[in-house]
Amino acid sequence: MELAFFYFLLLGFAILMYVVLDGFDLGIGILYPWFEQEQQRDQMMRSISHVWDGNETWLVFGGVILFGAFPAAYSAILSTLYVPIMIMLIALIFRGVAFEYRFKAHRSKVWWDRAFAIGSTVAAFCQGLMLGAVVQGVPADAIEASSLNWLSPFAILTAFSVMVGYALLACCYLHMKSRGAIRFRAAKLGRVLVVAVMVAMFLVSVWTLAAEPEIRARWFSGYNLLLLSPLPLMSLWVGQRLLRDLGRHRNEQLSFFLAAALFVLGLAGLVVGLFPYLVPRQLTIWQAQAPASSLEFMLPGVLIFVPLICAYTLWGYRIFSGKVEDFEEGY
Amino acid sequence: MELDAALLSRVQFALTVSFHILFPSVTIGLATFIAVWEGLWLKTRNPVYLQLAKFWIKPFAITFGMGVVSGIVLSYEFGTNFSEFSRITGPVLGPLMAYEVLTAFFLEAGFLGVMLFGWQRVSEKLHFFATVVVALGTWLSAFWIIVANSWMQTPAGYEVVDGVYQVASWSEVIFNPSMPYRLAHMLLATLLTATFLIAGICAWYLLRQRHQPMARKGLSMALWAALALAPLQALVGDFHGLNVKEHQPIKVAAMEGIWPETEKGAPLLVFAIPDMENETNHFEIGIPHLASLILAHEFNGELQGLKSVAPEDRPPVPVVFFSFRIMVGIGVLMIALAFYAYWLRRKDRMFTDRRLLRACVALTPAGVIATVSGWYVVEVGRQPWLVNGLIRTVDVVSPLPAERVLFSLTLFAVTYSLLLCVYLYFMAKLIRKGAPDASTLKDQVFGTQTPGYAKAWVKRFEQLEKAH
Ligand code: HDD
Ligand code: HEM
Ligand code: HEM
Repeated sequence: MELAFFYFLLLGFAILMYVVLDGFDLGIGILYPWFEQEQQRDQMMRSISHVWDGNETWLVFGGVILFGAFPAAYSAILSTLYVPIMIMLIALIFRGVAFEYRFKAHRSKVWWDRAFAIGSTVAAFCQGLMLGAVVQGVPADAIEASSLNWLSPFAILTAFSVMVGYALLACCYLHMKSRGAIRFRAAKLGRVLVVAVMVAMFLVSVWTLAAEPEIRARWFSGYNLLLLSPLPLMSLWVGQRLLRDLGRHRNEQLSFFLAAALFVLGLAGLVVGLFPYLVPRQLTIWQAQAPASSLEFMLPGVLIFVPLICAYTLWGYRIFSGKVEDFEEGY
Repeated sequence: MELDAALLSRVQFALTVSFHILFPSVTIGLATFIAVWEGLWLKTRNPVYLQLAKFWIKPFAITFGMGVVSGIVLSYEFGTNFSEFSRITGPVLGPLMAYEVLTAFFLEAGFLGVMLFGWQRVSEKLHFFATVVVALGTWLSAFWIIVANSWMQTPAGYEVVDGVYQVASWSEVIFNPSMPYRLAHMLLATLLTATFLIAGICAWYLLRQRHQPMARKGLSMALWAALALAPLQALVGDFHGLNVKEHQPIKVAAMEGIWPETEKGAPLLVFAIPDMENETNHFEIGIPHLASLILAHEFNGELQGLKSVAPEDRPPVPVVFFSFRIMVGIGVLMIALAFYAYWLRRKDRMFTDRRLLRACVALTPAGVIATVSGWYVVEVGRQPWLVNGLIRTVDVVSPLPAERVLFSLTLFAVTYSLLLCVYLYFMAKLIRKGAPDASTLKDQVFGTQTPGYAKAWVKRFEQLEKAH
């Protein structure tokens, strides 16, 4: 297989891992306003305090793969998305340190709750803005680097969609990891969110098809629509299945994976529309790729360590499997 | 005043990276110490070691958290603020950082959860393993990032194709001329930082007569470490300096405050105020011939001075000059303290000598200060180059509107000042609260000795729930 394409897949994998894993822990922050009791918030926080760092590392990984394998795209995308990236980073700082300080604080606990909830929400929102801006295309020349395309109505729609999606993941995660009141609440919210996510996916798709002729051409030319129809159909099926399982409090683990599957399908739809562009209409993966010496150097590292990372990450989750309890564990 | 995006980007980078390094310089050393204590506890079953490990794991955790969040900023800042730089050096620096993430960051993050929260879920041995892996991860991440930085100081193994830096030989890129020195010096620096942090806090407990057995053990170990590491650091630093002289002579001239094109028998300046405009120093106090002796190993050895290059190719001399003196000054203090403590130890007065204990308390933050100063020498001394001799910093910043950079810089300045206060407040709180006492430890040991203890608990809980 060609190396540029391999790294493109790897980048997709990193983004997917990030979105699903950090998605549920950012989502917990987004859900905070719906869980007001301190003891509930304690449990929610405890259910993710051992994994958030690893989850966020996928963001760093995505960044450096872009840097190492597609430096031209890294430099073009990051500098034009300057403002949302900076706000996202600051938001991630606040919600990240909240994990450490919240449990050690007494008087300032409410402030750490706020830092966590607002930080998570803002970070998710910014990621959505960036998604929207990338789909629409980054301005071509330096003068336009000052444009505000990341604040277009479309980007704001994708921002809310990402928020809703993360919140759904969090509901499924909580449904799996908690008992009693939290669990019921999560399932109830989750059912509303499934509907919201389906609506959001629909709106984003229709808008993209209407606004971007290239993407429209790709979907509607020849037999493509037939070949690609499983994507939307499967999304629909996953959505209704989720709605049912959450309603009956069944298949807790499966629900989480189904919610994750919605993200896989969404990302697949996106890639179908944009491939082979990394920066739409400007940079294809072949134009942006690093020289062969760099791609080859990274290859053994990726082939050895990515499976290893997945293995010990899974091991970590298994050690902490089961529901979170009231008693405090840890250091 | 006209806002300058390039200058603002540089200020922002300097601020964010200086903030970041405060935390790794503590965590790398501290992780190592915690792993050693846990190992000793398993080997000797002396509860003092467990107490040390359990006490320091809390400051470690909050420091680590700060390191993670501030580090994520840096890995994106290359692209946001130095887009042209990332485009042309990405093929060299990107893969190095990819290896850092693959081999180090994931490792740290993956096992940190077990190290912090797994006490009652895995066996003692497995827990120890997790701690060792976390420490190993911090060392590995130091390795890769130092490789990247050293390549920017002493680039090697590259070729330029169409204005883009490509790799001709990865082994030359990785083992570039200054890497071994910088890596050794940096790792020693982090160990020293942790050493003096531990010594300071333990001394403080002894002065307050708290946690006597633990504080004695901690202080004693830290001062042994200081006795070995501090002189070694000076030695490595000396070799490092010789290496810098070979590859970046102008930086050395700035460190030593040497102005003439060349100077024979240059004095070692203990103090001076360098004046860039008039190309001279004021208020010089120096030891004749010593700089030549140290750097050229000859009484009348010849050193290159700042005037040998055009003014626009000189770094900001005062920053380099004073940072260097702060670092070396602290290094000398550390050595002095280590030997003084050794002398007292021989006379059996180490734990009671109030002067020593107070000196230890005073040197608690010394390692961090020396580390940051050291980085200022390296980084500011490299200016105006970003990649030494090849790429100028001002040429490769992103074409951003200055207001945006000002906006983010302000956000960072406010956030970081706030967080630094919060961090220090919580550190002080943890230290005042002190170590876990014997009964708490016993409970937790009970947990670790029965692997899966918490899991069994949970199972029972589930059965009860089902029964209802
Ligand atoms: C010699 C030490 C050292 C130096 C010079 C740097 N770092 Fe660092 N960094 C570490 C040592 C370290 C560490 C000890 O490995 C940290 C601290 C806490 C942690 O989780 O890992 C870390 C964390 C850390 C993280 C978070 C990792 C995670 O998610 O777990 C990132 C993204 C970076 N760093 C990136 C950088 C960049 C881009 C740097 C240069 C400009 C840099 N670091 C300088
Ligand atoms: C962690 C310890 C470090 C500290 C305290 C530090 C400090 C600094 C400072 C103060 C500057 C500003 C110099 C000036 O403009 O006058 C600077 C510049 C720079 N450093 Fe470092 N640095 C560190 C590590 C690194 C590493 C590991 C890298 C790269 C892998 C790096 C890359 C850069 C870059 C790209 C610049 C140019 C931007 C600028 O000129 O401000 N630094 N650093
Ligand atoms: C006591 C004698 C010491 C000497 C002669 C010395 C020498 C040096 C030199 C020459 C550099 C600059 C390298 C360059 O510009 O590329 C440097 C950098 C540095 N120093 Fe020191 N140093 C000493 C003590 C210390 C101490 C005690 C610490 C910290 C605990 C420390 C931490 C650092 C760090 C972190 C750097 C930057 C990274 C690096 O280049 O290794 N140094 N030192």
